[in-house]
Amino acid sequence: MLKIHKGGLQTSVQDLGRTGFQKYGVIASGVMDPFAHRLANLLVGNDEQSATLEISLVGPKIQFTEDALIALCGGDLSPKIDGSPIKTWRMLVVKKDSTLTFGEPRIGARCYLAVAGGIQVEEVMGSRSTYLRAGIGGFQGRSLTKGDDIHTGELTPMQLKALERSSDSEFDWLVPPARYFEEPIIRMIKGKQFELFNEASKEQIFTEAFSVSGNSDRMGYRLEGPNLALEEPTELISEAVAFGSVQVPSDGNPIILMADRQTTGGYPKIGQVASVDLPLIAQLKQGEWLRFKEISLADAQQRLIEQEQHIREIKASIQLKQEEWK
Amino acid sequence: MNAFFSPLGDQAIAVDLGNKIDEETEQQVRKLSILLESRQPEWLIEVIPAFVTVSVFYDPCIATYDVVKAEIEELLNHLGDDLPIQSRTIEIPVCYGGEFGPDLEFVAQHNNLTAREVIDIHTSGDYSVHMIGFAPGFPFIGGMSEKIAAPRRDSPRLRIPERTVGIAGNQTGAYPIETPGGWQLIGRTPIRLFRPEDEIPSLLQAGDKIIFKEISKKEYDAWEDEPNAENT
Repeated sequence: MLKIHKGGLQTSVQDLGRTGFQKYGVIASGVMDPFAHRLANLLVGNDEQSATLEISLVGPKIQFTEDALIALCGGDLSPKIDGSPIKTWRMLVVKKDSTLTFGEPRIGARCYLAVAGGIQVEEVMGSRSTYLRAGIGGFQGRSLTKGDDIHTGELTPMQLKALERSSDSEFDWLVPPARYFEEPIIRMIKGKQFELFNEASKEQIFTEAFSVSGNSDRMGYRLEGPNLALEEPTELISEAVAFGSVQVPSDGNPIILMADRQTTGGYPKIGQVASVDLPLIAQLKQGEWLRFKEISLADAQQRLIEQEQHIREIKASIQLKQEEWK
Repeated sequence: MNAFFSPLGDQAIAVDLGNKIDEETEQQVRKLSILLESRQPEWLIEVIPAFVTVSVFYDPCIATYDVVKAEIEELLNHLGDDLPIQSRTIEIPVCYGGEFGPDLEFVAQHNNLTAREVIDIHTSGDYSVHMIGFAPGFPFIGGMSEKIAAPRRDSPRLRIPERTVGIAGNQTGAYPIETPGGWQLIGRTPIRLFRPEDEIPSLLQAGDKIIFKEISKKEYDAWEDEPNAENT
């Protein structure tokens, strides 16, 4: 069990999201940085779908009531066990009654804590993700706070064997960490309404830098930069949006829709972020900058397929290591 | 069948089946959605129907854009086939005015009507659900009389209680969960529109016909939350 002594800024239970219910207006939710979440799970021998804790900027204080296998992937929020710094992107054994804390966010904004057995909360509509706005899913439909007791699932025989060995030195391998940038170049496919924008906007979106505004959250990243505008005002008929849709409301500041986006929207979409670059946005902090670069749809899909192959290779090499646990 | 395809990023495709909101386009949207869901192609993740567009989310590791597009194009030839389209009519009881409908008077004055007339007109519309979006179970309902149309509030309310029925322009609808919003609030229904514990978590679905029925405060208070949704 995980005893929460401090909740941090926003720590919530998430998995890969709620699919199949968007037609009923139910948002997808799920992790902001799926790559980090998946690797954290794989490192501790979980299924990639298992729930993790998504930790943002100011981390929580968590006490483990039993020995546990954990992994932290994503941004580096200076994690410590009982005051000693620990490494991210690797598996660790934590002893009963150890306490995990966090310090300054060094790189990135969000970190994923996977615990062997997975974070055990009831599934709502096929997912353990927290849907904060509707107050459902995850742990009581909300972010974690002091006094919460979070259960973890049963361990597989392999995970149990690893715990028996219980010495970190035996697990001193790590996976190649994702590279996050303070001013990333985000690859973007032109959106359905791209041609409706005026000439200046069509150029500026790919040439100017945009900063992340303070109003950014799990729903969307609001950007500030050159004011984007349509060639002429146009009323659009609402339609579905997706993770990474870049829509431009009438104030001219683009919004990148993230994990907790609404299912539909009526603002013009100037572009759509390539899925492989979404983690780079998820890891940006308020005040940081990004630039967009055009990518073709075919190229974006190719990169996504390559990323899946990369994850499969990492998974295979982790499984080889896990064979040694037996 | 004229359809316009465009990528909604690298994991979804948008299929526009028309460019204005009308019944024929809506039928096509429903039919394509039903066809996709009943055939369940291997690459399909989920379908989001809207007013004139069906957005199809797929796994690009199984099929790329061109493959998905070609398969959807093929399906479009079958929109004329007999499809099991349910036609449901759902009655939504509403307690109008008072604390539940603080803007009923505004809607009346805006249209030079009495509150009574607004209620009578609101309960006599020929309503259908165009799509579900914005919030879980939130219906975009068409078919309201222009006689009771009203502009959105200048500044949205920060908290609108769940199940509140409102008007914005010539649309009407109800907020399934507590949320900020700018609609003019005319009443509240005792029926829950969002039911996360149910297999289908939204009481209403695109294509449903809606009847608003006036109930008294006493009836509202006595209401036990039965679905009360009769399929006809």
